[in-house]
Amino acid sequence: MSARGLNRFGEADRRSAGRPYGGLPAPGSRSSDLVPRPEYTAEAEERILGGCGLMGVCDESGGRMSGELALRSMSSMHDRGNGLGGGFAGYGIYPDFPYAFCFHMLFNDDVGKDDTEYYLARHFVILHHEPIPSKSVRGIEDEPILWRYFLEISDERLAETQLSAEDYVVHSVMDINNHIKGAFVASSGRNMGAFKGVGFPEEIGEFYRLDEYRGWTWTGHGRFPTNTPGWWGGAHPFCLLDYSIVHNGEISSYGINQRYLEMFGYKCSMRTDTEVVTYLFDLLLRRHGLSVEIACKALASPFWKDIDLMEKEDRQLYTALRAVYGPALLNGPFAVVLGMGEGMVALSDRIKLRPLAAARKGTTVYVASEESAIREICPKPDLTWMPRAGEPVIARLEDGVNLATSAAYDAVA
Amino acid sequence: MTEMTFVRPEFRVRIDREACIKCGRCVHQCGWNVYHLDADDRPMPDHSKCAACHRCVTFCPADAITIEKNPLAYKESDSMSSGLRKAIWRQAETGGVLLTGMGTDKPYLRIFDHLLLDACQVTNPSIDPLREPMELRTFLGRKPDSIEVGYGNGDGGPPKLLTELDPQLMLETPIVFGGMSFGSVSLNVHRALAMAAKASGTFMNTGEGGLHADLEPYQDNIIVQCASGRFGVHADYLQAGAAVEIKIGQGAKPGIGGHLPGEKIDEQVSTTRMIPQGTDALSPAPHHDIYSIEDLRQLIYAIKEATGYKPVSVKIACVHNVAAIASGVVRAGADIVYLDGFKGGTGAAPTIIRDHVGIPIEIAIAVVDQRLRDEGIRNRASIVAAGGIRSSADIVKAIALGADACGVGTALLVAMGCHVCQKCHTGCCSWGITTQRPELTRRLDPEWGAERVSNLIRAWSHEIAEVLGAVGVNAIESLRGSRERLRALGLDQTTMDIIGVKQAGVGH
Ligand code: SF4
Ligand code: SF4
Repeated sequence: MSARGLNRFGEADRRSAGRPYGGLPAPGSRSSDLVPRPEYTAEAEERILGGCGLMGVCDESGGRMSGELALRSMSSMHDRGNGLGGGFAGYGIYPDFPYAFCFHMLFNDDVGKDDTEYYLARHFVILHHEPIPSKSVRGIEDEPILWRYFLEISDERLAETQLSAEDYVVHSVMDINNHIKGAFVASSGRNMGAFKGVGFPEEIGEFYRLDEYRGWTWTGHGRFPTNTPGWWGGAHPFCLLDYSIVHNGEISSYGINQRYLEMFGYKCSMRTDTEVVTYLFDLLLRRHGLSVEIACKALASPFWKDIDLMEKEDRQLYTALRAVYGPALLNGPFAVVLGMGEGMVALSDRIKLRPLAAARKGTTVYVASEESAIREICPKPDLTWMPRAGEPVIARLEDGVNLATSAAYDAVA
Repeated sequence: MTEMTFVRPEFRVRIDREACIKCGRCVHQCGWNVYHLDADDRPMPDHSKCAACHRCVTFCPADAITIEKNPLAYKESDSMSSGLRKAIWRQAETGGVLLTGMGTDKPYLRIFDHLLLDACQVTNPSIDPLREPMELRTFLGRKPDSIEVGYGNGDGGPPKLLTELDPQLMLETPIVFGGMSFGSVSLNVHRALAMAAKASGTFMNTGEGGLHADLEPYQDNIIVQCASGRFGVHADYLQAGAAVEIKIGQGAKPGIGGHLPGEKIDEQVSTTRMIPQGTDALSPAPHHDIYSIEDLRQLIYAIKEATGYKPVSVKIACVHNVAAIASGVVRAGADIVYLDGFKGGTGAAPTIIRDHVGIPIEIAIAVVDQRLRDEGIRNRASIVAAGGIRSSADIVKAIALGADACGVGTALLVAMGCHVCQKCHTGCCSWGITTQRPELTRRLDPEWGAERVSNLIRAWSHEIAEVLGAVGVNAIESLRGSRERLRALGLDQTTMDIIGVKQAGVGH
């Protein structure tokens, strides 16, 4: 864990140094103290509770679908949200930059943007950057400045920091989110992006012109928060690296999940359940190298009464999983859809207190809070089913579909 | 009254002469020799000897006995209380250190009683413990940061655990029995606790007095203790238990050793402890081979070597620097840190130590748990919290503060008849618990005692499950360390900051 006053790269904490750059003057910077700006942690004072609707679709063969599909599916679950948050994640949407980490940024103002750009220029090679296209939509207002950056990390930086590219990105995301006022990284993965904001999901989708993107995986979310924060960053999906989470429910084990993650250096400063779920997947899948199936069994573990009846090898495995990952167990009502470079996973809690339906047609896997949201975009599925409590639905992209994850795999191997 | 004393009796024994049938049972039942029969076979009490243990009251067939507080008035003084005056008189008579038994009776702030639990409403449903499984199973021991899972022989077969876990103690409920030595308690108490531990899926702890041969069938549910006196410690003893506990300190008497008076060392105790009959059993204040943390490490690993790497627990009293000490203990290789708070019980301790030394268990749990997390070593050892755990509510709160399990001692004795009269050090316990006098010890039928203790553990486990359901989780690990589910009422800000709990009224 980083020492107090240092950021995650061991540089002086810009805030504690009184300036956003550890004392270095930012080019063209203004005093950030002049205008009080809402912060990234604007929602953090109260933990956000509420119900929601969610969906996910993934074509395992890598066929790319219009974002309009996700939008239409979500609009059929209009009543599951209350217009205080909607969002989507798309994968395979940036074929021109298949290997670059794409940061989708929300800025409160130009100062946050300038500060972030200074940071990015210092830590990354910026291949390309541009505004995230949008159009004005009735009902969508007060949008932040939306910008996306396609980034690479120089070999020297990696050698200097002794970090993997993924860890490097994670550290940067935490740095920006925790230290740069008025800037929030909405997503930071490769060949993917999050499109989210305050509004009903169908409005948000239209605003972001989702129909102009094509991707092999889409997830969507409509939010029903029980308080009214009205902050764009608080909408789902919550993303880190290639992971994106849309989530319906409340994690009753939040307190211990968060303290457990802190031990591994994650800062849960947004105080949303979704953030915790995302970090747990990142920890288990990426850092601990567990498979999706096993990670899901850690997060929504089988009951002891069932484990006790298993054959010896399984019993040992699940006993160890629970003994070691008890603090990671997600308890309380939830259904989540995890988008990832390799595909998509949907999971409900161990007694299924939140709805989740699934379907398959050919190579395409669908999940949603309601079957109607699936039938809206796939009227005649080959198969529909209600996944059992704690049983993950997994869609796995065929090899070679996602160049980024195969390349990353090669680099490791 | 034998000698002249200023100390007037604390209690008055009242006998309803009309009801009394002169059966003489009270005379036999009393371990303190309060009664004698007069010429007319009427029981005559010596009030000064009464400990208010209620043995006679419970067994009087005519319901003729009642014990009252001596109403004798003292001139009020808030500062020089009657209790202090009596203590001075007693010491003026004897010139000795005042001794006592059980946990402190002083009205210190009880943090547990200022903590309130959360419950679910609307946005997250509560879970009905009568319909859904509620899991209390708990593993004590060192855990790795992560595990590795392989698939077949790398060919994509079924998943298989590749990481070998250190041995763990599996508890069916997050409660273990605190160490109480044979010698301080009777063999029947040990038998009852061993049986109850087995029936409850948990562990009893021998305390520092060795393991009597009769308890061997219960080995799998016994933690053997190795304390500074090394009574009854030999290779077979260490291997006999499921785990070994090194006792560095005890919450009721941090920093001092133990003293079992010679009167309590009968033949059985002497054999088990490997010391001569009738001699005082003195455990030194420190272990004379542990003068530093490196020494502790050597002992931990010596024990691991001797036992084929069974879990080693290190019991420490909660003192001011407990967080740093616990961290050192974990780094020295302990698999379990047993924290004993200053309200813990004892068979015998100087009153000044019992009542004035140490810190509360609630604070100790919080600071140790946080310190181990800050250092990234929380999973390397489990935390057992003891010393002032009085109810299932205390257990739930201790776990939410960060303990893996709780150790209970006094409550188990109370289940078997103890009335907390605080006279354990006299060896005259009328309930046959903290005594070796055969006519007293045979009063406790081990099977009866085991049933009472098992009932208590079962009842508490049900209550813990009720709370889990109310807070909307179905596994104890989801409440463990979840301080977010606690709120404080009537604690000062500093205490709340230290234990990491918010004020009631503050939302999530
Ligand atoms: S036990 Fe009760 S009835 Fe019997 S002698 Fe004592 S006071 Fe009387
Ligand atoms: S064990 Fe016996 S002597 Fe000790 S407090 Fe309980 S009843 Fe009194």
